[in-house]
Amino acid sequence: MSELRPLSDLNPGDHGVIAAVHAPEDLGKRLTALGFSTGRPLQLVRRALLRGPLQVRLGTTDVALRLAEAAGIQVRLAAPGSA
Amino acid sequence: MKRVALVGMPNTGKSTLFNRLTGASARTGNWPGVTVELASARVLAGRHMVELVDLPGLYDLHGFSDDERVVRHFLEAAPVDALVVVLNASQLDRQLALALQVKALGLPTLVLLNMTDEARRHGIRIDEAGLAAGLGLPVAALSAKLGTGQAGAVRRLASLLDGAGPARDAALREALEEDHRREAAVESLLARHVHVPPRLSETASDRLDRVVLHPWLGLPIFFLAMLAIFQAVFLLGSPLQDGVEALFDAVRKSALEALLAPLPDFARGILLDGVWAGVGTVAAFVPLIVVFFFFLAAVEDSGYLSRAAFLTDSLMARLGLDGRAFVMLLMGFGCNVPALMGTRVMRDRPMRLLSMLTIPLSLCSARLQVFVFIAAAIFRPAVAPWVLFGLYVTSFLAVIVTALAFKGRFASREPFVIELPPWRAPTLRLVALRGWLEVKHFLRRATTFIFVGVVAVWLLTHLPVGAAPAGPATLAGWIGHALQPVLGPLGIDERLAVALLFGFVAKEVVIGAFAVIYGLEGDALAGELARSMDWVAATSFMIFTLVYTPCLSAIATLRTESRSVGFTALAIAWPLGLAWVASFAFYQGMRALGL
Repeated sequence: MSELRPLSDLNPGDHGVIAAVHAPEDLGKRLTALGFSTGRPLQLVRRALLRGPLQVRLGTTDVALRLAEAAGIQVRLAAPGSA
Repeated sequence: MKRVALVGMPNTGKSTLFNRLTGASARTGNWPGVTVELASARVLAGRHMVELVDLPGLYDLHGFSDDERVVRHFLEAAPVDALVVVLNASQLDRQLALALQVKALGLPTLVLLNMTDEARRHGIRIDEAGLAAGLGLPVAALSAKLGTGQAGAVRRLASLLDGAGPARDAALREALEEDHRREAAVESLLARHVHVPPRLSETASDRLDRVVLHPWLGLPIFFLAMLAIFQAVFLLGSPLQDGVEALFDAVRKSALEALLAPLPDFARGILLDGVWAGVGTVAAFVPLIVVFFFFLAAVEDSGYLSRAAFLTDSLMARLGLDGRAFVMLLMGFGCNVPALMGTRVMRDRPMRLLSMLTIPLSLCSARLQVFVFIAAAIFRPAVAPWVLFGLYVTSFLAVIVTALAFKGRFASREPFVIELPPWRAPTLRLVALRGWLEVKHFLRRATTFIFVGVVAVWLLTHLPVGAAPAGPATLAGWIGHALQPVLGPLGIDERLAVALLFGFVAKEVVIGAFAVIYGLEGDALAGELARSMDWVAATSFMIFTLVYTPCLSAIATLRTESRSVGFTALAIAWPLGLAWVASFAFYQGMRALGL
């Protein structure tokens, strides 16, 4: 079983599958519309300087979000090396 | 006439499609039930004349953002005959749900799959007929950017309207909130009709991002890019602006002055220095707005604007703003007016208002002219550049103080979760169209206001009839005198107060006003300024001029963009108060130090 981590703790290049999305309703709707739903694969592309936002890839969509928003998204990491 | 509304998520090319279909005929206007202006235009679809309305981008028909509310209120208040849902063909995995939400409204609906060129590049194949059958809605694919598939899409719309009865009642629309069923439906539609390759290869867009969004290089590259654009806007815009001014001057000298010579002095003055000068003030902004929006549209359409937000977020978030506000602030250092109009790229109203409050504090090129003249007159050549530098620092400080003071009042409700669209080459046609539409907007909304202001200031400085222009006997002189208890402690005397009144029209007019008030020009004027005030008073006057009020054109723009008289009043009152406090602190502080 692979480990569960908040999206905000991922390193650039990490892959995983969304395990849970915890967010208030308005944020939740926005996240769903941009592709954050349970079971979908994602990849952390890069982090901005000074604890700035994250760039996350979901399928063909790239999304930028702040750490605070990313903290509520739980990701089941793919085993390292298995792209 | 049938009314058709375009809906879709941001970054689906909805506005590109709208512009492609409607060309330069689009106009923005007010609609019942909504507080923002919406673009609309008439187009022909088969035998139907269609009023096409471009609704703001939304992620979720039941969402809470300002734009999402606008779309709902519009659909409730303005009856539409049909809806067109624009989806990004390469992102159907997350966008199909919106089509189903719209379908649930029960209105005749056409689904347009846009950006087929990009989808094809990703290797995405879509079975349109199958998708249409599965959705139960007509589907057409096109690329609004390239124009392919446009005729077919319009034909589909026409046949949809052939069958469309009168719009159904609003009661139907609230039978919604079936998100789970929709999700299941999306899954099965995707599995059957859309083929996406399992792993996308690294694209040219990704390679560009590796440089542009680099952790260390990203910000310096961004600053350089903005500097280049800033230079380009004003290198191209300023000569054009000077050209327009020269043209107005030439017409005045060669034709109008002779033509109006028989009139009495007062009537000639109000026509030439009031009416004609007012028209000239408005016209001088036209080239700047065109050039500015030409570049802004290019930056926005290319995808750099969202990347700017990503790069600068950690800095700007502390001020309650984001990277888009930063771009506009920077542009404000050239001219506040197009920068204020440009805040429209920010979809969240509180954040947009906060950045509109800060932009007029950026030291624009008009103010720079005034400061260069005064600094050269008062300070030694070795010191003058440092004075100008100090004024730029003051300008930044005023922006920061204002943002910090008001970020609680204009707190952004919108979560910072935005799409970073792939890099796209902007098309010249659309970029040019944007410039033209913005100028139309500015001329229609701001002309009267600016015009009335210019005439009013002329009257203040020339009434009562017979008084020396801008002299102590005029209304302006009287106001300058009456303001002495307030402005005296800042080292600003009666004559300078009258100059500030002129500066309200446009900041660069302050120098011209000195010439009228002192009855001197050029070096003689500079000499008289140096005699009549010391460096402390001059610096205090410059600080006040920097901050005190947005110019008339900026106020007109603030009013039309915010659509709120109260906010406009705040945007005038706050800088006035800030200017007074800053100048008072400087002047009295220096005097207390014995300088």
